[in-house]
Amino acid sequence: MADPTGKFPRAFLTPGTASFTDFLAAHDPTLLPGSRPLPAGTVPVTPHATTIVAATFDGGVVMAGDRRATMGSMIANREIEKVFAADDFSAVGIAGTAGLAIELVRLFQLELEHYEKIEGTLLSLDGKANRLSTMIRGNLGLAMQGLAVIPLFAGYDLDDGGGRIFSYDVTGGRYEEYEHHSVGSGSVFARGALKKLWRPGMDAPAAVRVAVESLVDAADDDSATGGPDTVRKIWPVVATVTAGGFRRVPDAELEAVVDAIAAERIREVRDARAAHGKQHGGDLR
Amino acid sequence: MSMPFYVSPEQLMKDRADYARKGIARGRSVVVAAYDDGIAFATENPSRALHKISEIYDRIAFAAVGKYNEFENLRVAGVRYADLRGYSYDRSDVNARGLANAYAQTLGTVFTTESKPLEVELVVAQVGLTHELDQIYRLSYDGSVADEHGYVVMGGQAEHLGEVMEQGWRVGMTLAEVLTLVRTVLATPIGAKSAEAEPRQIPAAHLEVAVLDRTRPRRAFRRLAGPLLDELLTPAP
Repeated sequence: MADPTGKFPRAFLTPGTASFTDFLAAHDPTLLPGSRPLPAGTVPVTPHATTIVAATFDGGVVMAGDRRATMGSMIANREIEKVFAADDFSAVGIAGTAGLAIELVRLFQLELEHYEKIEGTLLSLDGKANRLSTMIRGNLGLAMQGLAVIPLFAGYDLDDGGGRIFSYDVTGGRYEEYEHHSVGSGSVFARGALKKLWRPGMDAPAAVRVAVESLVDAADDDSATGGPDTVRKIWPVVATVTAGGFRRVPDAELEAVVDAIAAERIREVRDARAAHGKQHGGDLR
Repeated sequence: MSMPFYVSPEQLMKDRADYARKGIARGRSVVVAAYDDGIAFATENPSRALHKISEIYDRIAFAAVGKYNEFENLRVAGVRYADLRGYSYDRSDVNARGLANAYAQTLGTVFTTESKPLEVELVVAQVGLTHELDQIYRLSYDGSVADEHGYVVMGGQAEHLGEVMEQGWRVGMTLAEVLTLVRTVLATPIGAKSAEAEPRQIPAAHLEVAVLDRTRPRRAFRRLAGPLLDELLTPAP
């Protein structure tokens, strides 16, 4: 909706909101995922993003996501990234309909940056979490068509210090999680792993290992979650958020973590197999 | 029926321009100057909250003089323009030229059609990969655009301070050199012939300083204040 004369359209010069989504709603609502008219019928199978885990540690929070997107029983993408920096002090991970989720993340990142530029200050962590809640709520119509997006939000609280985690439901419900949480198809298994692996007072490297290991467990039992790919060297996206800001854990560090986990598991499985002798598989006897 | 007095278009435009110019000259000057690693913006502004210099997008910044409510509205419009464009296309498709055009059209339309022109003067600057690729656009109250190179002084005693700036500025100055020069220029009293005749020293706390630093990834804009600014303004031993 550009003005033919090239000057700013009226909505641009209307004082008031520091929210980019509110501005879009007034200026060009079709750019908002929740404001588009929905045609009748069902949506064909689309790529879905799966497991995200988050855990707090001493001085921050870690978030990790596997790299698989599935379309029914097929792997749609093996290198998709599902954990993003929302701004310098928060991270957002997504599960659900991949296309909409990525659009929502872009909008959310822009929402936070737009507020920061217009107001000259950062939103509080609760403010960011609430903003995401509103955006998910706007997506309810699409969720009812089967296009749900479920984010996991984590950040460093600059006012109180320390990492915090927020989970959401499709109606925009916002729930603060303590210690750790996971969303997506593999979350059942990841949560089980987190409960056993997470310890209070961990440091960042220990938390990164716990996050990766819980994803390995999720990939072990959930077909829609991809494990670390040692052939192509595709590692989960892992990020930490501390007082120093958002940091994506580099591939070299992740490779070491994945190798350590794999070595330990190989050793344990070999020992166990050696102990109980020959496997009989599916013999009919 | 009463007949309105005839006013020639020349007179009408001249009156409006005089009005806008007077408003702009009333405030304090803003200096925008290129240095080796980017573009520096500075003004004397004791307020920590009401900025004259701000970030528009990853590599683009905005500086203004004149009436606060008017340029603040234009600044917000610029942020909305840039964010919407970056969201619709890609972050790399947002550039200062397009933004300067939109500002020029808006200022020009208000100048000719509204009852009162906007009493503002703006700079839209974009930092490039090298010094040659930097863009600095200066926009006047009537919508005229100038593509500037090196430095711009606007508002207050702009013409006079521009002459002082011209004596001191050269290509490839470091940030500390440029900021020291700009502080001297901003403090130049009216009627002084050169920067050397300057007795006043503006405290660092009263300076609003920001840079577009080309070495930073993505968002190049950064405000300089506190100890960092003090250090830059302290002459090297």
